[in-house]
Amino acid sequence: MWEYTDKVRDHFFNPRNVGEITDPDGIGEVGSLACGDALKLTFKLDDKGKIIDVKFKTFGCASAIASSSALTEIIKGMPLEEAAKVTNKDIADYLGGLPEQKMHCSVMGREALEAAIANYKGGATKKHQLEGRVVCVCFGVTEKEIERVISENNLTTVEQVTNYCKAGGGCGGCKGEIEKIIQRIQGEKAVQKAAAREKGQKLTNIQKIQLIQETINEQIRPTLRADGGNIDLIDVDGNKVIVALRGMCAQCALANITMRDLVEAKLREFVSPEIFVEEQKDLADELRK
Amino acid sequence: MKTIYFDNNATTQVAPEVFEEIKPYFADLYGNPSSMHTFGGQVGIKIRQAREKVAALLGCDPAEIIFTGCGTEGDNTAIKGTLAAHPNRRKIITTRVEHPAVLSVCRDYENLGYLIVELSVDKKGRLDLAELESHLDDNTAIVTIMYANNETGVVFPIEKIAEMVKSKGIIFHTDAVQAVGKIPINLSTSNIDLLSISGHKLHAPKGVGVLYVRKGTRLTPFMLGGHQEGGRRAGTENVPGIIGLGKACELAMQNFEQENKKVKFLRDKLEKGIISKCSDCMVNGDEENRLPNTANISFEFIEGESILLMLDRFGICASSGSACTSGSLEPSHVLRAMGIPYTAAHGSIRFSLSRYNTEQEVDFTIEKIPPIISRLRELSPFVKK
Repeated sequence: MWEYTDKVRDHFFNPRNVGEITDPDGIGEVGSLACGDALKLTFKLDDKGKIIDVKFKTFGCASAIASSSALTEIIKGMPLEEAAKVTNKDIADYLGGLPEQKMHCSVMGREALEAAIANYKGGATKKHQLEGRVVCVCFGVTEKEIERVISENNLTTVEQVTNYCKAGGGCGGCKGEIEKIIQRIQGEKAVQKAAAREKGQKLTNIQKIQLIQETINEQIRPTLRADGGNIDLIDVDGNKVIVALRGMCAQCALANITMRDLVEAKLREFVSPEIFVEEQKDLADELRK
Repeated sequence: MKTIYFDNNATTQVAPEVFEEIKPYFADLYGNPSSMHTFGGQVGIKIRQAREKVAALLGCDPAEIIFTGCGTEGDNTAIKGTLAAHPNRRKIITTRVEHPAVLSVCRDYENLGYLIVELSVDKKGRLDLAELESHLDDNTAIVTIMYANNETGVVFPIEKIAEMVKSKGIIFHTDAVQAVGKIPINLSTSNIDLLSISGHKLHAPKGVGVLYVRKGTRLTPFMLGGHQEGGRRAGTENVPGIIGLGKACELAMQNFEQENKKVKFLRDKLEKGIISKCSDCMVNGDEENRLPNTANISFEFIEGESILLMLDRFGICASSGSACTSGSLEPSHVLRAMGIPYTAAHGSIRFSLSRYNTEQEVDFTIEKIPPIISRLRELSPFVKK
């Protein structure tokens, strides 16, 4: 059971400002049924540009509903420019804190507010916009969004990033990339694990094979699994890595692309830039019999 | 506030008779069953009797019963012990809807180069036996398929599967944690080689389980050490747990039919009551082949954790397959394997009953649920008025 503060429980059982303003100045929508939470925020301004009314509708768990309710309480009566500065941390603090794994609920609140403000300022669609490159395909999280939760909340691990914006919480295929973003933003503070993998470091044969197996287990297999496929490490000979694709991947017409863009790319990224990959087809066929 | 406990697939109340039976073994009768003195020896006798009671419920020989620490240990021992005993076979067949105690073990072997086949299920959670048959070959070391699903209660045709697997000379293990005590199992007429049980799912305390190992089944021990359990599971016995499990099996046997009839009546009443009073909800799983105690209901457009918290305020305990309750970001792997749409998977609630539930509790719950559902739907942006 989650340990929710009394304030979270209060805002869940007695949510404030539920509903939809019929003639709003700004509408913001974020999330989806597939993601497990979604929020629709509508607000109305007075003639001085203050938020005189704000309402929400939320699909989600207790902390999602409480975060939405808290957000509306925070911004009600605020001038729009000030509301635009509200962060997910403000929402979490207002509630006396949220469980670490639920921090993404507060981020959803901030995203909906941003979308609603963008909608008011004109041009923007009322849906929360994906800006820039998508890193986490499972939950549609962009590089920009990941950068933002890292710097606003001083995050240092991939797990934290997943808790805050869900990125990396589906197939897990983007965890390596998230690690890199953390490193870039946090610099030296960041995960030592990734640092140890920096290029140029001399590995013994055993270390190299272990690192290849680890990279396959952590970085490659989850992505293939998401599509009903799989992979086995067959052999390592110098810089040549021999693997066999299994399941759906084995019959896939795009197997060559998977090999180059995923398997080889990840191994080059995490093990050594000199790595090249070959597929062992015969053994795969034999095992599948 | 009175607790209404509808979460018996998670754990059950220790039966009062069981509690009475095991009390002395926490205090006065603390001897080690392996000891040579009468003081320890009397405990050894109780363990032998407990073994006989478990064997009686399962219809097997007491020598085929190994006491373990939990259901998970039984599953680990069965799979790892079989693979170690058949090192030349490199394939494992299981299903996509197994409990993590089986699924994570199998997937771990994948990292060691084993080939894992995870059988799929249809939208009612049923297996395709022809698919299973097509995968059975000389390379297969073990087939491990659960007896009944913990989330939906769907019961697989285990006897048929065991027969099919046995005919190819392959070891068959079943995780029967949810089935024992709820549906009749008779191992004397079955082809099952290995079967795991967890004590706390049938009114015994936590921390005890059983692995049934058919005579003549090659199994490499998982826990090494002393000679306990005939050298098949080392470690000083959990004496109160084992004696409690023996008593719990005896109780399950005594009133088997009546009790399960009553539980089924209550489950059906609860399920029908909820379905008839709430719109946009549905039962997950194969209603024809289901445990008598389990109801898994999806409420569309709302989220499971919210429902559970609202129920909790009335003292009603249930569980959910939503992402938020699992601590992960994806909803239940079982419901996803069944192809239940996300709209429904996130809002799934499991009610699992036991012999201790009453009709008043069911009526109370039927009355409390509809306002909770409509309250949460008022909050949901996906419900259009």
